[in-house]
Amino acid sequence: MMDYVIAIVVSVLLLSGALFALVAALGIVRLPDLYTRMHAASKAGTVGSGLLLFAAGIESGEIAVFARSLAGFVFFILTAPVAAHLLARAAHKTGYRLLPPSVRDDLLER
Amino acid sequence: MTPDAIVSISASVALVILAVTFLVASWRVIVGPTLPDRILALDTLSGTAIGFLAVVAVKTGFALYIDIAISLGLVGFLATVAFARFVLSRGPLPGSAGPMAAQTDKTVRPASKKPDAKVKSDTKLKIKTTPARKTKKDRT
Repeated sequence: MMDYVIAIVVSVLLLSGALFALVAALGIVRLPDLYTRMHAASKAGTVGSGLLLFAAGIESGEIAVFARSLAGFVFFILTAPVAAHLLARAAHKTGYRLLPPSVRDDLLER
Repeated sequence: MTPDAIVSISASVALVILAVTFLVASWRVIVGPTLPDRILALDTLSGTAIGFLAVVAVKTGFALYIDIAISLGLVGFLATVAFARFVLSRGPLPGSAGPMAAQTDKTVRPASKKPDAKVKSDTKLKIKTTPARKTKKDRT
């Protein structure tokens, strides 16, 4: 019985993680602007690969593997916003402006 | 249906979805109008590869794939940081020749506002980045 519960939890995590990754890629293709694309990619992409790592940790059934996958998840959560922020700041500083539909650009006035 | 079969089937479906994700994101790498777009898509590709490796770890049962995923995440983060530094060190876009500047020219307000705002940001960039870089070099 416990096996089935673990299997279903792992399946749900796998499918939802893959769907989050797909949503991130769709956002990268469909959104109009570098900054809106970044908003889609760095949030949904992080959640997607994090859920998949979590599923791999649960499915192994060992504490050591689960701790490693959790460490990978935490590391990814820590680094993805930093990378996205660095890239957005570099792009904004070198003159890539927001598209017309966006109403505010706070960095421009600094 | 055994638990192993359930996990195996869902892992296969997840692999198919992730393959579609790879294709969609690499379309942005190829088409992407500007360099930061391509960098962002490459970052997403490395994140998707981490998830792909996790699914492969579930499917094959080798826990070592998780270590590979962690080290791939480290490499992907460093690559994105290096690309961001490269974008910064390439300097500001030349006037309105850049593709994004051409897009913003469609609206009236930012176009009239743009020249002095742009100059301000450029001078600020020169003032601000050079000391920051020096301190960073001193630190490392």
